[in-house]
Amino acid sequence: MWLEGQRYFSCGALALAVMIGLMQADALARQTLTVAAFPAVDEIVKAAIPVWKRSHPEVDIKVVSRQFGDHHIAMTTALSTSFHLPDIMALEVGYVGRFAQGGGLEDLSRPPFGISQHVNHYVPYAVQQATSRKGTIIAVPTDVGPGTLLYRADLLARSGVSEAELTRSWDSYVAAGAKIKASTGAYLLAHARDMKDIVIRTGIQPGEGLYFDSRSQVLVTSPRFVRAFELARQIRQKRLDAKVLAWSNEWSEGFKRGSIATQMSGAWLSGHLSNWLAPSTRGLWRAAQLPENAFAAFGGTFFAIAKGAPAANKPLAWEFIRLMTLNREVQLNAFKSQDAFPALLETYNDPFFDQTIAFLGGQKARQVWREAARHINAVTVHKQDAFAEEVINTELDKVLDRGKDIRVALADAERLLKQRALR
Amino acid sequence: MMIPTARRISPTWAPYLFISPFLILFAVFGVFPLAFSLYLAFQTWEPTSGLAAMQYVGVDNFAFALRDEWFWKSLKNTAWLAVASGLPQHLVAIPLAYFIHSSFTRLRNGVVGAYFMPYITSTVAIAILFSSLFSTDYGLINIGLQAMCQVPVLGWFMPQDPTDWLGQPENIKPAIAIIVFWRYVGFNVVLYLAALQTIPKDIYEAATMDGASRMQQFWHITLPSLKPMIFFGVTLSVIGGLQLFEEPFILTGGRGGSDQAGMTTAIYLYRMAFDFNDFGAASAMSWLLFIVVAILTWLTNRAFRPRGPSA
Repeated sequence: MWLEGQRYFSCGALALAVMIGLMQADALARQTLTVAAFPAVDEIVKAAIPVWKRSHPEVDIKVVSRQFGDHHIAMTTALSTSFHLPDIMALEVGYVGRFAQGGGLEDLSRPPFGISQHVNHYVPYAVQQATSRKGTIIAVPTDVGPGTLLYRADLLARSGVSEAELTRSWDSYVAAGAKIKASTGAYLLAHARDMKDIVIRTGIQPGEGLYFDSRSQVLVTSPRFVRAFELARQIRQKRLDAKVLAWSNEWSEGFKRGSIATQMSGAWLSGHLSNWLAPSTRGLWRAAQLPENAFAAFGGTFFAIAKGAPAANKPLAWEFIRLMTLNREVQLNAFKSQDAFPALLETYNDPFFDQTIAFLGGQKARQVWREAARHINAVTVHKQDAFAEEVINTELDKVLDRGKDIRVALADAERLLKQRALR
Repeated sequence: MMIPTARRISPTWAPYLFISPFLILFAVFGVFPLAFSLYLAFQTWEPTSGLAAMQYVGVDNFAFALRDEWFWKSLKNTAWLAVASGLPQHLVAIPLAYFIHSSFTRLRNGVVGAYFMPYITSTVAIAILFSSLFSTDYGLINIGLQAMCQVPVLGWFMPQDPTDWLGQPENIKPAIAIIVFWRYVGFNVVLYLAALQTIPKDIYEAATMDGASRMQQFWHITLPSLKPMIFFGVTLSVIGGLQLFEEPFILTGGRGGSDQAGMTTAIYLYRMAFDFNDFGAASAMSWLLFIVVAILTWLTNRAFRPRGPSA
């Protein structure tokens, strides 16, 4: 009896030992890469897993998804404590500039990464955005947001305004807006601020950022700010803006009811309009370049590797980033399914770019955006950009709502920013 | 059943062991952040470079904060909101508690519950509800105001155009103050009701026999007896008002609103850290705010200190 029991015990122990051995072997053989992302980048990563598995069946991909704001706060915290860092992190362009100031991300131009040999494959401005002042490249672009002017062709036709009138210059844009308002009652744009945001991006000299130059001198009293404020004030005085900010209820309602005739935005907005903002306006919109050939970027996504991430996984993480950003199939899939405009130039000759878009009345709009993507120049990022944007928006509100003098407003902004510039 | 001696906790250590869950949590989530923020207040730090990237800068962050226009602006906003939402809370809660105490018997708990409800409701739900109430074009508040415009005489005092409650700097603060008042008035009612119950009935009976009216009784018996609780309630309001964060944060989309009119100091220092990446200055501001809170609490204490020769 006792012997019987001992035999069972031995068999059980053996089985257990074999199982543990197998599990350990499995754990050794199987590797997991963690990718932290936000919508819809998380979906794009998940969709690429089958492609990845073809070459790396033994490496699993775990996607940690958070909402946009939460994701970036989580990444800031993870970087500051070097704790719970993912192998790969997705970053929105605004954060790429900010994180480039610190030293928490790997310089991908150095071995074992070597992005330098691939930079010619990406849209140039996106690589510039990921390049720090020291020349390090801390992230790889995966999608870009070429700026475009979406406009309601029906409203333009009713008021006898041509696309050329709308885009020739900022002055002709405002004049066209007055005609549209007079004959259809529709506002030219949602908020005068939208226009200011583009005008301050035109005519930036080499080495200058948006608000500061490379020596942290404040630039907000320069002619491009004065002009942007003057144009915005004209818009408000002629009552051409609906005074609604992007993503508010009134904004989407304005699109649905056709009370907003144009919107400057990233190319991706047409996808949002078509899917949920104003699906009923199908066929009425068209896309054009921004007025006065102002090529600007609206958003963009990058992948980065933290210095504190597990070292053993870094070569694989780099390989995964290459797949996400250099693989034509993955890039085009993301474009087709999530409107993520590719950063990979090799995709730009794909027939998909020549297809018509029904929501835009059968226009081959991707060609327009492709053109824009090639012309955009990156703007040097400064640590205080987020604060500067806030200050400028506040001063613009004062000009628009309370008639504050533009020079005084910009001087006030300059004084406030000087105090911060070197912090 | 006897516990073997070896497993018994010695009476010397038992109290510490039993209190340790609280102490550990308090140390991790209370003491550590306090100490860390004090340490950070003297450092400059690019957080994405890791903990090793901190550099000691002395009192630079404090000097910057005191020179910073937006810090002063946020303090003014906070003070405005604390007074405009805090004072009415008590001015309404005391008579209301007295009224509930003396007029309701069976329904009392239900009435108190109704007033207390906003206090326990999620701030996010409240903010979402109020943003739609305050909506310029579709909000019930503006629709109500428009309806009142039709009433003769009353209509003269009503705005003719729909009010942009959350978009115009001059309207944001009153809108926030209304919500904060509405939310916390019930809490104060409960405080004062509890205090009212401790006042002996015979004092009122004696006063009634002496011919004191209800108003006189309220003025000369209730109010003085409530003084310790008023001190407690006002202290809570001072501290809560100066740390106001959630309601304005959600109502203004986390940015403080047009011209930062709804940006309290708590919102500003949060933004300094997480939006503007300046953890050192944010920590310094949080300690400056603490000093303001401490001074005002001390002043409140002094204001309520018993006076006169008997004290």
